[in-house]
Amino acid sequence: MMDFGNFLFMEQEIGLIILFVLLFFYDIFCSEKGKKYFQLVAVSLFAVFTLFGFTPMNKGEAFGGMYISSDMTVFMKNILNIATLIMFLQVKTWLYSENTRHKKGEFYLITLVTLLGMYVMISSGNFMMLYIGMEAASLPLACLIAFNKYQEKSAEAGVKYILISALSSGIMLFGLSFLYGALGSFYFSDMSRNMISSPLVLLGFVFFFSGLAFKLSLVPFHLWTADVYEGAPTGITAYLSVVSKGAAALALIFALYKVFGSIDVAWHHILWWLAIITITLGNIFAIRQKDIKRFFAFSSISQAGYLLLGMIAGTAQGMTAMVFYILVYVFSNMAVFGVIAAVENHTKGDTRIAAFNGLYKSNPALSFVMMLAVFSLGGIPPFAGFFSKFFIFMAAAEQGEYLLVFIALLNTVISLYYYLLIIKAMFIKEENPNNLSRFSIDNYNKVSLVICTAGIFVIGFISLIYEYIDTLSFGI
Amino acid sequence: MEYTLLIILIPFLLFLLLGLLGGKMKPGIAGVIGTSGMFLCTVLAYITAYKYFFQAGKINGVWSEIIPLNFTWMRFTENLHIDLGILLDPISVMMLVVITTVSLMVHVYSLGYMKGETGFQRYYSFLSLFSFSMLGLVVATNIFQMYIFWELVGVSSYSLIGFCYTKPSAVAASKKAFIVTRFADLGFLIGILILSYYTGTFDFGTLTADNASLVTTSMAGGTFMGLSLATWAMVLIFMGGAGKSAMFPLHIWLPDAMEGPTPVSALIHAATMVVAGVYLVARLFPVYYFTAPEVLEMIAWIGTFTALFAAIIAITQTDIKRVLAFSTISQIAYMMVALGVSKYDGHDGLGYMASMFHLFTHAFFKALLFLGAGSVIHAVHSNEMAQMGNLRKYMPVTHITFLIACLAIAGIYPFSGFFSKDEILAAALENNPTIFWTLWLVAGLTAFYMFRLYFRIFWNGNKEYKEGHKPHESPLSMAVPLIILAVFSIFSGFVPFSELINADGIGFHMHINITVASLSVGVAIIGIAVATLLYLKDSEKPAQMAKSMSGLYKATLNKFYMDEIWMWFTKTVVFKGICIPVAWFDRHIVDGTMNGIAWSTQKISVSIKDLQSGQIRFYSWVFVLGSIVIAILVLFL
Repeated sequence: MMDFGNFLFMEQEIGLIILFVLLFFYDIFCSEKGKKYFQLVAVSLFAVFTLFGFTPMNKGEAFGGMYISSDMTVFMKNILNIATLIMFLQVKTWLYSENTRHKKGEFYLITLVTLLGMYVMISSGNFMMLYIGMEAASLPLACLIAFNKYQEKSAEAGVKYILISALSSGIMLFGLSFLYGALGSFYFSDMSRNMISSPLVLLGFVFFFSGLAFKLSLVPFHLWTADVYEGAPTGITAYLSVVSKGAAALALIFALYKVFGSIDVAWHHILWWLAIITITLGNIFAIRQKDIKRFFAFSSISQAGYLLLGMIAGTAQGMTAMVFYILVYVFSNMAVFGVIAAVENHTKGDTRIAAFNGLYKSNPALSFVMMLAVFSLGGIPPFAGFFSKFFIFMAAAEQGEYLLVFIALLNTVISLYYYLLIIKAMFIKEENPNNLSRFSIDNYNKVSLVICTAGIFVIGFISLIYEYIDTLSFGI
Repeated sequence: MEYTLLIILIPFLLFLLLGLLGGKMKPGIAGVIGTSGMFLCTVLAYITAYKYFFQAGKINGVWSEIIPLNFTWMRFTENLHIDLGILLDPISVMMLVVITTVSLMVHVYSLGYMKGETGFQRYYSFLSLFSFSMLGLVVATNIFQMYIFWELVGVSSYSLIGFCYTKPSAVAASKKAFIVTRFADLGFLIGILILSYYTGTFDFGTLTADNASLVTTSMAGGTFMGLSLATWAMVLIFMGGAGKSAMFPLHIWLPDAMEGPTPVSALIHAATMVVAGVYLVARLFPVYYFTAPEVLEMIAWIGTFTALFAAIIAITQTDIKRVLAFSTISQIAYMMVALGVSKYDGHDGLGYMASMFHLFTHAFFKALLFLGAGSVIHAVHSNEMAQMGNLRKYMPVTHITFLIACLAIAGIYPFSGFFSKDEILAAALENNPTIFWTLWLVAGLTAFYMFRLYFRIFWNGNKEYKEGHKPHESPLSMAVPLIILAVFSIFSGFVPFSELINADGIGFHMHINITVASLSVGVAIIGIAVATLLYLKDSEKPAQMAKSMSGLYKATLNKFYMDEIWMWFTKTVVFKGICIPVAWFDRHIVDGTMNGIAWSTQKISVSIKDLQSGQIRFYSWVFVLGSIVIAILVLFL
């Protein structure tokens, strides 16, 4: 007999499903004319839902530990909600354009399904659950990536994503089967209790890790990133680089800390090398890019590498630093993509970096937001990105990883160089292929950029946030 | 008393509001917003002072620290963290009152003085920023917070001195002020780092608790170049204070800073920022006294020298604001000396009390002098004494208030300066006769040059002004602050200061030392008498005297060539000795390394670009291969 009390622990998931159903019926039964307000309704409902996430939630384990809800998972889901809300705000102009207008309902519905998948990933206490969540998050994403289906690039990106995603799922399942064979369970708690450093477990771990590393786009599982980011609609690129990546990182934190914590000796040095390679390669490739979405694809690869530093530290402090890093990254990167979306809408799809030449002259406010976001990503004080990098370096340094921190610091210098290329284009370069004139952006995007700017300015200074996360964290 | 946060927050919000939206407001409205915000702050500061001194402050007969707010901003280790908070104790509450009062007066005064200037709104936003920084500095709970606000004070002072950024001399002066104080702050920062490295804390309360025993024990035995570590730390921290408080030889920026608008000089370069150094030493006084008494002695001697040095220069200056600038240097040096000669317990802590007392009274009469000078400048459109004279007939309010301030600074009973100066001299006498007699001499010189200034502005013959250029009394917005400050200058000496503020927190009864008082009043009267003889009427006598001592006269007129000495030091020692080798190192070694990194990054980038082929089968291949390689590494390494 099923105990329905278990569902009490899934308030956020149930809320999301209700939201989905509401929008679903709105989409089906409403006339085209009535759907004019779809954006407004969807965004308002989602904003209410996001606020709902900050109300007190039930915490506990459901379905015999299959599903876990804790302060930490609630907080992580709130981060994802904020990012998704910002993304929803940014897509209005694109979504209401000619080719996508008729299917705007689908866009929100599919996004909500992927978000639900990510919730499951974060809250899972069982590898099967984690796998289902990951699939639920990945497969619909392919539809979103190919949303501009009449554009060759978008369709190609969708296909690439689904193929690689299938491959990674396969490898991940392969690894999980090893783990099940060795440990006899899929429950996190059982597995960590029986954890041993046997070859079978290690093999299983590596293949499982490869599956999540695909979503995090760590080198060498990153090759799809640039092509897909470039081809996908800008809003979805933002969603991929922030929400999807954030969810994978958060799920990986839980798996590493809860399940594989006792054999950290075995994976520690691999993560060490992966961090360095990921940061460095991401940076090196970013330098060469001419397309701004590809550019930020590589930038997001190297940002993921920095995240690994916290995992390598393996302490509660490392976990706090990582979650904080993701939070800051949400605001900085969403600001970047908000500006890109604005410019792209204006230039009819020109996403070359050169399209930003002279943006400062025509649209000082937009270039100002972009500058803040890029400074934050580069880790320049006093913006939030400085504090997030600072904390993550501190966490690694406390564990004596001085060499790693040193290399990461060197890499921030390189990253500064290419981030400044954007600044240079906006503020210094004059000649512009599109002759950017002054243009205005829709109010939704304006709101999103204001939120992001506020986030970039204040998060670093409000120590309460960091300390709150710190109270939720646990080490290996 | 959480509302004290508002005292700091209001100016900051005003700064944001006026800075961001000021351009869209009418100038008058911006001024009124700034002024009324400051008024609110002043009221809050007075309420705080009332609550502290009459209700909450004294616990078991000892003035104690109240920390209404404190939160951790950055945590490095369990003990070492940077907090931001509010510390209320006698000296910080006293400073709150002084700063808000003078700042409010300057805000009101500027409504008239700066009327019609371009950038009026910007001026008010900077005033708010300055008030915010200064208030944040005095309520800092820890030395790092103080440092942050310390630098903010420097920045806002920089932007106010260079307010007229189209005037080259103002730009040069603002740069000079910023660079000189910044150079001193380098010492301050190193001092902070040494201190906190050994003690593991930034917190003032922890540092000064139990007669600074933490500093004594944690730094015990450490020496560097023959001096103990504690000495080094405290000397370096004092260096920061000496920079802001314009102690010799770091005083050179203050006279030039007079290029800023006159109300700014009144606020920053008379009453608030320049006493930050004194405040810093007072804040850390137990640490100085118990761990590095030799530094205190050094401070006393530097102060004595500076007081004399600046007073001598002040005699020959002809720019009225510069006279006041040197007088400020001299008076702040007085406060430093008082700290330097002070002991700790009970009545022995007379110097400490006297220093704070003088800080308190000086803030009012010096602000009054500057605002009065501003009023004069406003009327005759010049800073030069030669353009003035006989102004008492045209500007009665300015005249009377200026006279009150002059009497106060000269130390004539019953004006406020008399009381505080008397206590400083008494403290010096108990400690060291040489210092006492030097300060006594300085008191005479002060009376002389202040009355020279007074007579040359307001008397000095029957100078006639051309029709249409007749000086006129300043508008009400300028006259009212003068009158209010004059009231403060007369009566602030009657505050029973020793009961409220003293080194060990236990009050003692202050009494006037008749010998010292008669000596100091005597010398002041002599100074005034000489000034009257020479300057009451327009005569040839001063010029003849200058001629007969032309060497000395020239040297003092040129401020003993200190600017030139610093210039020489900068050009030969700093530029040639340090900068050129460093530049070479930077260009060849540092840049070379960086270019090397850039070059190799580009090369690698070119050579691996084919990895990103765009072909999905290749991607899959790398993916699978990657997992396998990692698996092998995990298994066999």
